[in-house]
Amino acid sequence: MSIRHGLLALLEPGPRYGSQLRSAFESRTGATWPLNVGQVYTTLNRLERDGMVVQEGADEAGHALYVITEQGRSELRAWFATPVDRANPPRDELAIKLAMAVGTPGVDIRAVIQSQRHHTVKAMQDYTRLKAQALAAIEGGGSSERDDIAWLLVLEQLIFQTEAEARWLDHCEMRLIRLSAAAGPAAPAGPEAPRAAADSGSTATARTRPGDGAAEPAVPTGRRGTRGPFRR
Amino acid sequence: MTTQPSLQPQKSQQPVLQLQQLTRIHGSGATEVHALRGVNLDVFPGELVAVMGPSGSGKSTLLTIAGGLDAPTSGRVIVERTDITKADRKAMAALRRRSIGYVFQDYNLIPALTAAENIALPRELDGTSARRARSEALAALEEMSLGHLADRFPDEMSGGQQQRVAIARALVGDRRLVLADEPTGALDSETGESVLALLRSRCDAGAAGILVTHEPRFAAWADRVVFLRDGAVVDQTARSEADSLLSGQAAER
Ligand SMILES: Nc1ncnc2c1ncn2[C@@H]1O[C@H](COP(=O)(O)OP(=O)(O)OP(=O)(O)O)[C@@H](O)[C@H]1O
Ligand SMILES: [Mg+2]
Repeated sequence: MSIRHGLLALLEPGPRYGSQLRSAFESRTGATWPLNVGQVYTTLNRLERDGMVVQEGADEAGHALYVITEQGRSELRAWFATPVDRANPPRDELAIKLAMAVGTPGVDIRAVIQSQRHHTVKAMQDYTRLKAQALAAIEGGGSSERDDIAWLLVLEQLIFQTEAEARWLDHCEMRLIRLSAAAGPAAPAGPEAPRAAADSGSTATARTRPGDGAAEPAVPTGRRGTRGPFRR
Repeated sequence: MTTQPSLQPQKSQQPVLQLQQLTRIHGSGATEVHALRGVNLDVFPGELVAVMGPSGSGKSTLLTIAGGLDAPTSGRVIVERTDITKADRKAMAALRRRSIGYVFQDYNLIPALTAAENIALPRELDGTSARRARSEALAALEEMSLGHLADRFPDEMSGGQQQRVAIARALVGDRRLVLADEPTGALDSETGESVLALLRSRCDAGAAGILVTHEPRFAAWADRVVFLRDGAVVDQTARSEADSLLSGQAAER
């Protein structure tokens, strides 16, 4: 998350002081990523050091006001114009956990998947209720419509992200069931299946590795040979 | 289309639907399939329950039995205090028409009737006057932004339009129990969302609902998500207070 660029965006319309920036950041993103005032001032100091903002005067109450510089503006424009980098996927604990569960003896992968699915779907239920509230606020013509819309976008991003995770978990489970079914009738996809699935999963992967181009998901260009996107 | 956040289901009330120790075995001998293995589920007024699970886990079986369209091998199905496994056919048919709205996985409109007639038919069978049933049907179509399709026949509509007509049919009148099997199957995500909002608002108005879906995004509209696997409930989520939501986890991100 880029606090730096977030603060620059909030300074673009005019001068503000630290705690004002903090509450503006939170109302725009619905307090999804809470900031403390300390973080705000640390970031402002760095921005000042880098010539992106200057401290200029104070309001009546004596709060030091910060103003965006021309250099800060061009940094902000560049930020909006540049896509967020996906070349180095962030380390994903869940992906690592499932990868480790394949082949760790005594781990019931389907139970690992289900406990995550529970958590993920639950989070989606909560986000969805918040979304219904945000939509109602927007349609009700609330006081700060811009913040409501920004918050709605953030919420929907959380919903799509958790959805992707839930779908991926479903996919993992189906794949394990298929692989264990393919491993033979001795390993039905019943309660005992996860171990069998896990084992056949790793052998199947090993078997298909040499000529796997078509069957396996595409590896991002430049990462072939690193065996998966999670290596840093 | 949106709805206010739903009311907490009132557990002090009698459940609209109770499934008790439900089993369903299809076939016999070597080809025997245990589609349901001892499922228990209560659905309360105002509550929308989503059922998720892999293909073949018994979701449709559960829904057809809950709606009285199939009989369990053992166990009880109680709809508003009536054990429908013991009700006679006539009482059962009346209950189905009056209290239960059902959206099938394949939408199943009557080809010889127009959209409005498809919706009005169950109401008329139940003694509502033809004029009244038609005006209800038109209102239900309007609610789904389908007013212009009232006089079209099913084969003159797209799959998604037929699906929405089927949903309008399930929701028309005062249904206490709405059962929907993949109601968003043929719909784009925007339309699917509006169907869910409609289902949600019916439940907020006091109906009990069960929604079978593969889509976590749609299941997330429910108060409770029940996970079926191999004919048994393996897990379920409960709802929490949305207010306390983002504070705890946000710090970790
Ligand atoms: N009439 C039938 N005769 C025999 N077996 C049946 C019958 N109906 C369903 N089954 C079996 O019962 C099990 C549960 O089926 P059901 O249709 O309830 O699954 P589902 O969870 O709805 O799946 P899907 O997500 O694919 O719709 C499956 O193994 C299915 O093959
Ligand atoms: Mg089904």
